[in-house]
Amino acid sequence: MAYNWNWGVFLQPTATGDDSTYLDWMFHGLQMTIGLSLSAWLIALLLGAVVGVLRTVPNRWLSGLATAYVEVFRNIPLLVQLFLWYFVMPELLPEDLGNAFKQSNPIVQQFLSSMVCLALFTSARVAEQVRSGINSLPPGQKNAGLALGFTLPQTYRHVMLPMAVRLIVPPLTSEFLNIFKNSAVCSTIGLLELAAQGRQLVDYTAQPYESFIAVTIAYLLLNVVVMSGMRWVEVHVRVPGYIGGK
Amino acid sequence: MLKHSLRGALVASLVASLLSAPVAAQELTGTLKKIKETGAISLGHRESSIPFSYYDDKQQVIGYSHELMLKVVDALKAELKLAKLDIRLLPVTSANRITLVQNGSVDLECGSTTNNTERQKQVSFSNTIFVIGTRLMTKTNSGINDFPDLAGKNVVTTAGTTSERLLRKMNEDKQMKMSIISAKDHGESFLTLETGRAVAFMMDDALLFGEMAKAKRASDWVVVGTPQSYEAYGCMLRKDDPAFKKVVDNALAKVMTSGEAEKIYAKWFLQPIPPKGLNLNFPLSTAVQTIYKSPNDKAFD
Repeated sequence: MAYNWNWGVFLQPTATGDDSTYLDWMFHGLQMTIGLSLSAWLIALLLGAVVGVLRTVPNRWLSGLATAYVEVFRNIPLLVQLFLWYFVMPELLPEDLGNAFKQSNPIVQQFLSSMVCLALFTSARVAEQVRSGINSLPPGQKNAGLALGFTLPQTYRHVMLPMAVRLIVPPLTSEFLNIFKNSAVCSTIGLLELAAQGRQLVDYTAQPYESFIAVTIAYLLLNVVVMSGMRWVEVHVRVPGYIGGK
Repeated sequence: MLKHSLRGALVASLVASLLSAPVAAQELTGTLKKIKETGAISLGHRESSIPFSYYDDKQQVIGYSHELMLKVVDALKAELKLAKLDIRLLPVTSANRITLVQNGSVDLECGSTTNNTERQKQVSFSNTIFVIGTRLMTKTNSGINDFPDLAGKNVVTTAGTTSERLLRKMNEDKQMKMSIISAKDHGESFLTLETGRAVAFMMDDALLFGEMAKAKRASDWVVVGTPQSYEAYGCMLRKDDPAFKKVVDNALAKVMTSGEAEKIYAKWFLQPIPPKGLNLNFPLSTAVQTIYKSPNDKAFD
């Protein structure tokens, strides 16, 4: 294939005259990807923990509500959810509020829509991990907690959750990795994260291979860091006597 | 008498063999060889570049560029003496079109691709098929008349286009404090404009008229502003394949100089077109007339 390789392209000044190089663009994209993914992950963890717990409580209304939440956010494709948040949501708000949102800085709009979208989508998946963690505990633990005079919330807080959360660290690692990869979807609404900067580099320089290879390596490095971090957490919190524990 | 006719037949067959000789004797190379051997050609088209290359309401690819591309296919069929030439259509986007041409997925792409020197490093361009100016679309009552009015406003353009580049450069050079939204295709750019996220949409003028043709009420929108650049659209093909490029160029040149191109132009720009039966009313510019008169493959930058 006749391809004109040029790795020096990253050091060239950009064609927009903003005295940065294409490498700077990639770094901005990487920062955006990290900022977006981490903020969405924090929200997803909190929401997912709450919803996951609710799915296991004896109250039928509460668990039904939590189940509905999980099914909605887990079963609609991420891209569709993103378009709903970005394009449809502002039209459903009261007109003044919707217009205020739409007139605001586009980067803020794109970031907020992306963050909410990724956070809710991932929270549904985290909720499932939390639920399975809780359900994997022997029923005796809950009964023992209650028999000791704990209320149900106290049993969750002091007996079940400390166990369950430690058991689900490995599957949570996958979700954490996924959120970084899923954040690439947000390039479709114009958010200039890593994948979008890569695509933009192609548009400006007509050097697709260098650009996509650089993006691939950046995602790979990012995920290696996340994986080693989570591995460290896993080793330090694992439950003695359980799988993988000592 | 008999002798004469015999000799006549001999001469005729000799002439015929001489005429056909160049094609038969010359070894086919590159794309021409591939087309001849497989009996198929893979064409790249756009999905929403109205009126150049887009889907009609039956999901058929239609448009000005597409029609020209089919003329080229006819010429290829004649040139290669193929009884049948299968056409494989592959939708491409601004972002992937160059790669798909390079890696062989697409043999020829006629859509709304600007011929510029950067792209020429990777692919080759046919004779220019259209010339556009980059301008603005805005609401009739928005108060935006030209580019300076955009200072401090939200402006949308399509990612990967020359307009995006010009707009960002203008923002830097003139410190206009615009917020630039890069949407993924022209349809989404227009949606961004229509929902009030941006006050104006910068794009190739012909495409802006095309988006207008899709709008709920075309009369709500106007195209304004001094063109910021003129660009030559060409068909993309693989680099360093002069034999194939020659056939494509000759086919296009023939369509243009014979007056056929003007009829195709009138069909897409001066008459009602699908999907809504709106007439773009985009008169034939002198720039386009010039390329019809003397076809060439020069980039404008």
